[in-house]
Order: sequence, then C-alpha cells, then structure tokens
Amino acid sequence: MSNAKPLVRFVDIQKSYDGEILVVKNLNLDVAEGEFLTMLGPSGSGKTTCLMMLAGFEPATHGEIYLKDQSINNVAPHKRGIGMVFQNYALFPHMTVAENLAFPLEVRKMDKSEREQRVKRALDMVQLGPFGDRRPSQLSGGQQQRVAVARSLVFDPDLVLMDEPLGALDKNLREQMQYEIKHIHENLGLTVVYVTHDQSEALTMSNRIAVFDDGIIQQCAPPEVLYEQPANAFCANFIGENNRLFGKVIEDFGDSVKVKIDQGGEVHAKKVNVGGVGERSTLSLRPERVVVAPEEGSLPNEFSAKAEELIYLGDHIRTRFTVCGHDDFIVKIPNSAAHASLQEGDTVKIGWNMEDCRALDPSD
Amino acid sequence: MSQTLVTVDGVPLKVSLARAQRRGKLKAIGLVVPLFLFILVTFFVPILDMLFRSVENQLVGEVMHRTVPLLNNWDEQSGELPSEEVFAALAEDFIEANETKLGGRVGRRLNYEKPGFSGLFRKTTRKAGSLEAPYQQSFIDINQKWGDVENWKIFKRESAPYTISYYLAAVDLGYGETGEIVRNKDDRRIYLKLFWRTVWMSSLITVICLFLAYPIAYLLSALPTRKSNLLIILVLLPFWTSLLVRTTAWIALLQQEGVINDLIVWLGFVADDNRLSMIHNRTGTIIAMVHILLPFMVLPLYSVMKTIPPSYMKAAKSLGATPFTAFVRIYMPNTVAGIGAGAILVFILSIGYYITPALVGGQSGTLISNFIAFHMSSSLNWGLAAALGAILLAIVLILYFLYDRIVGIDNMKLG
Repeated sequence: MSNAKPLVRFVDIQKSYDGEILVVKNLNLDVAEGEFLTMLGPSGSGKTTCLMMLAGFEPATHGEIYLKDQSINNVAPHKRGIGMVFQNYALFPHMTVAENLAFPLEVRKMDKSEREQRVKRALDMVQLGPFGDRRPSQLSGGQQQRVAVARSLVFDPDLVLMDEPLGALDKNLREQMQYEIKHIHENLGLTVVYVTHDQSEALTMSNRIAVFDDGIIQQCAPPEVLYEQPANAFCANFIGENNRLFGKVIEDFGDSVKVKIDQGGEVHAKKVNVGGVGERSTLSLRPERVVVAPEEGSLPNEFSAKAEELIYLGDHIRTRFTVCGHDDFIVKIPNSAAHASLQEGDTVKIGWNMEDCRALDPSD
Repeated sequence: MSQTLVTVDGVPLKVSLARAQRRGKLKAIGLVVPLFLFILVTFFVPILDMLFRSVENQLVGEVMHRTVPLLNNWDEQSGELPSEEVFAALAEDFIEANETKLGGRVGRRLNYEKPGFSGLFRKTTRKAGSLEAPYQQSFIDINQKWGDVENWKIFKRESAPYTISYYLAAVDLGYGETGEIVRNKDDRRIYLKLFWRTVWMSSLITVICLFLAYPIAYLLSALPTRKSNLLIILVLLPFWTSLLVRTTAWIALLQQEGVINDLIVWLGFVADDNRLSMIHNRTGTIIAMVHILLPFMVLPLYSVMKTIPPSYMKAAKSLGATPFTAFVRIYMPNTVAGIGAGAILVFILSIGYYITPALVGGQSGTLISNFIAFHMSSSLNWGLAAALGAILLAIVLILYFLYDRIVGIDNMKLG
C-alpha cells in the first residue's frame, strides 16, 4: 500500500501560533491513496494541528501541503472537497439527520432526486435507514457518530479526516465503532487520516501510524512494526507496555551491544538506536517476551528477580518484579496449565532473548 | 397483589410517603411565599386595579344617587327634558354635593365627555342653596345648559357604574349626536397615531439594536474567555451609570450647539446656520433608546452564541459550504433563540419606555407612555390613563402570544 502514489504530501511543514513556539517542526509525510493513516500522540504533540492544516482551518507557517499533486495552501476549506468527522460530531441540531446528510449535496447544487438517493444510500451504509427524520439530539452517541461519518462520506470525498471521533463514546461502543469505520474504509477504498491519542484504537484501525511527540513524527510505520520494532525510547514507551532499563554501552558487536545496567548486571541487547561504547542507552523489553524460570543457559540474559506483586487478570497474571535494581519490571505470565506458580516475595530466575531487548536512545 | 402496600409498622405506604415528604414541601412553600406575596402586592394588584379603573365609573351614580335611578325612566330619544321629579331629585343631590364637596369631581368626570360640564357643575353646586321649585326653571336660570337635551343624554350615559368611554377615547372614538360610536374629528385624533408611532419606533429600535448587537455578540463569543469578560464589562458599563445621566449626556452631545454638531460644522460637512436637529425629536429618541437598550440585545445573543461550538462552522465549510452559506444556513438558525429573546426584551422595554422620550423626545418623539404619565399626573384622567395602559398591555400580550406561536417561548434563552 505504501507503494501507491501519495494522495497527500506534507512538505517541510512548520506551524507556530505565537511566533515563539513551533507546534509542528518540519513535518514531512506522505499519505498513500487508499491508506488509513493514524496520527497518534499525546495531547499537545501537534497531531490535531496537522489535521487542521490539511482541512484548511489553520494556515501553515512554512511549507507546502499537496493534495493530488496540487498545492492546497491557498485553497479555502470549502473548496478542498475533504470530508471531516469532528470530535463532538458537529451535527447541525436544527436539521434532521436526512437534512444534515443532504447539506453537502445541496451546497453542491445537486438535484433533489439524486440527493435523496444518496442520502438514503449513506444512511443505509451506517444502518440508520429509518432514522432520517429524527433530530440529532434524539439519537444515541453511537448513532450520532454514525451520522457524522455518513455525512462526511455522502459527497464522495477522496479523503476523509477524523479528529478523535470516538473520544466521547464508552469503551464497548468505541470498539464496535472502530470496526465499523475500518470496514467502511475497506469497502469504499477511502483514504483516511485519523487522529487519536488512544494507542489501541490506532493499532486496531490503521495501515500506518505516525507517532507524534513534541511536534515531530517519532516514527511512522505499520502497527506491527511500531510495536515490535520501536525506533526510539518514546515510541517504545508510548505504544503498548514496556519495561525500561537504563545503562551504558560497554561493548559493541555491530548488530548487538552489551549494556551495563546502572544498578548492576549486564544485558545483551539488539542494537537499534544507540551510539558506540560509553554512550547511555534505554533498554526496551515487552512484558510478554520475558520468560519466567527458563531452562538454565537457554537464554543470553538471565537474572534473578523478586516477585513484588501479583495481579490476577484472568487470561494472564501480571507480575511486578525487582530486577537489576528496578522495582517496576512487569512480566505477563500466561494463565496456562503449566505456568509457574509464584507467591509474592518469591525469588525466581527470569530471562529473555537478545532480539527481544532493544537498545534505544537514552531518554530523559 | 391487590392489597395496599404498608410499611413495617402497618401504616399505608402512600400515607407514610406523604408524611415523609410534607416537611420538604412546606420548606419549599416557605421559600417561595415572601416573593409571591411581594409580586402579588406590587405587581398583580396594581395591574388589576388599573384594569378595573379603566372601566370603573361609580362616582356619578354615587354622588347623584337620587337623580340617576330616576333618569332610567327618562326616554332620551323623546327630545324632551326629563320630568320635574328628576330636577327635584337633582336639586337634592346638588345640595348634598355642596356639603360633601363632590360636585366638582362629577363635573370633571363629565367634562371628559364634553367640555363645559366642569364649569356647569361647579357653578350649580355653588348655587345649590338658591334652588327652589319649579326646579327645572330654577336650574335653567342658573345655567342654560340644563335646558339642553344633549347634555342630559351625556349625563344619563355616563351615570352607569361601568363605562367603555375611556377605551373609546383611547382609540380616538367618541359618541355622535344620536349616541352612536363615531371617530373623533381629525384634530382630536391623537392616540391611535401615538400607538402606531410607539409600535413602529419600538420596532425600529429593536431592529437597529439587533444589527448593532449581532456582530458584537459574535465577536465576544469567539474571543477567549479572559478577553470576552473584559469586553462584557464594557457592554454592561452603561448599566452602572444612571439612566438620567446617560440621557442628559445625549442631550449635551446631540443638541444644536452640542459636541457632534460642533464637530461636523468644524469639519465642514454642514453649514453653521444649518445645524442638524438631532435631539428633542424622533431621531434623538431613537439614538438614545438604542444606546440604552443595546445591552439587553447583546447579552441574550452572546449567551446563545457562546453555546454554539466552533466546529459547526468548520463542519459546514468542510462539507463544501462557502463561509456565507455556512453562516446563513448553519450559524444563524442556531442563534434564533437569542435573536428572539433579545428582540422581545428590547421591544417590550421600548414600547413602554418613558424617561428617555420624555427628556429627548420633543413633540415628534414622545411615545404612548408619555401620554399615560400625562393623564396620571397632569390631567388626572386616571380612567383614560388606565385604558391606554391596558391597551399597551394587550399589545404586548398579543406579541408574546405570536412569539410563542412562531418561535416557541421554550426556545427563549436570556442567559
């Protein structure tokens, strides 16, 4: 999908609101046609600003945005033909659902019969066929959300932007809507740029995720790459759960390094984003990749760990260990028949593979 | 299941519930009572009294209590004067009126219907002692007018305990020669013109206020709260200044030798001998009242606009609407509640406005309320004042009813 020609291109985009602080620093990003790209990041990371610049509600301070190879910097929002779903739906309360959907068609001077046909098709697409005569206020949150999605699609835009559209829904509904939006994207072959701060939402829906922090894209990659091969300490920590060990590189093997942990112990880790010998590094390790009580000598990294806390979560047991002086080392022990039975205060051996532990840049 | 539910100690559940809630109800009533009584005494009672006064006409019947019952037997269409018996009763009434000093008041009351009665009654009361049989001739000797059948017709008509003549007068109607209701002569028609002027000037003031307030309210609602609070204070600032001071300030500004005239003469727009007259006329009233009533339009509009999320306009634009279409189709309909509230508030306030038109209105800028005040305090024709007030009240209620029908009173948002 990344080989398709880009529909949207951000070239050297910078944005400042007050002339002192750059909210977006030198953004370069291509969105391929048919792609579902998510901008993910903590609040204030510049992701929504990027979306607003693409929609035309904020001017870029520097750089160009291209839509289908045309610069759209000086194109007014209403001429861009980009569908948009807003955080609180922004359905027009004085119009019925059908009138809301017909609005973009009316302003395009479409004739009445075609308009009605399209509105009906759009309502059927989101399974709200019988609700055309209702007011938005008479619908539930999930239904309003569906109407907002239908409205952004009814005029067949090439590109749809979604600004945290599921933020106001409760957890169950949110998950259901995630699948619905994903299916609509797949069925219609849309290009979607989606903004969220919810990483599980991003992982569920996206073809690619651009992780924002501090106005910079930290990594832009498909979900599985982002999770399994985070490029830096921020991404490793922001996406999914992550154990961090801090230390200094003492030996460099080319594609792996030996890192001496500050509080003691040496770890053999995959070299990803770290300088040479003597540089500091953050080691990143997913909780589910840690093996409890491994066979002696089977793993390059083996440490004794003290179980501090056990939390029973049904499918797995979340265990907090003290390892190498870090008392926040989390391990997920699967709830299988063969799983090690631990008590709080027990000391056991734990270990992990060199590939699973990634040596990244020193973070704060 | 048909048996009534009871509590543990056997009391029916409903009784027990009512007992438990009684305290709360009493507390609520206690909180409301003082204001309710205050409103009742200061608002409803005066209004009812005013409505009563606009039709009440007990005075003539009470003072002339011997004459009035006998007059019922007199056929006013006969063209003849009432019988000697009536004149005899009239003489007794006048002798009594001389003692109670009420003769003049009856005369004044009848004078509203036809000038001349006041003098007639004063003179007759004064000379009541000299009345003697035959009374008819004796009365005509005191004043020729007692021999005029027309005067007796008016006397009989206005001796009923209730009258519509105040309302007739308030809409420029009166009684013709034969007792039918006719329009007053051209030079005596004033009130309908005044009502009309009051309504259209109030409408104009409301429209001007709306056009001035809408952009301001829009700006206020779009600004960050810290800045908009400061500006709101500026909008409210006039409220903290005395109404009288503000109105007289307009006199200083707008008069012929005032600041604005000086300025435009100095700038050369107008010749010195051709200064604009902007005060003590309609223009002055409209300018001053728009200024005074503007906050009542800004605040409801602001409070409604504040609740419209900016995303509505963005959504409309993203859907392909030009900024103008988005404003007209999406933004404006959502401010209807504020427009309605502001407009009805300003209109109702201006339709009954008194001080400002009294000070800066001059001849062409006075409103109906100024005439009500005139009849209350100068001419002392309280019945007419009450009738004018009642008509004003009716106009407001009709407008309120229309507003409810068209916009819906539930949609009104004052803040």
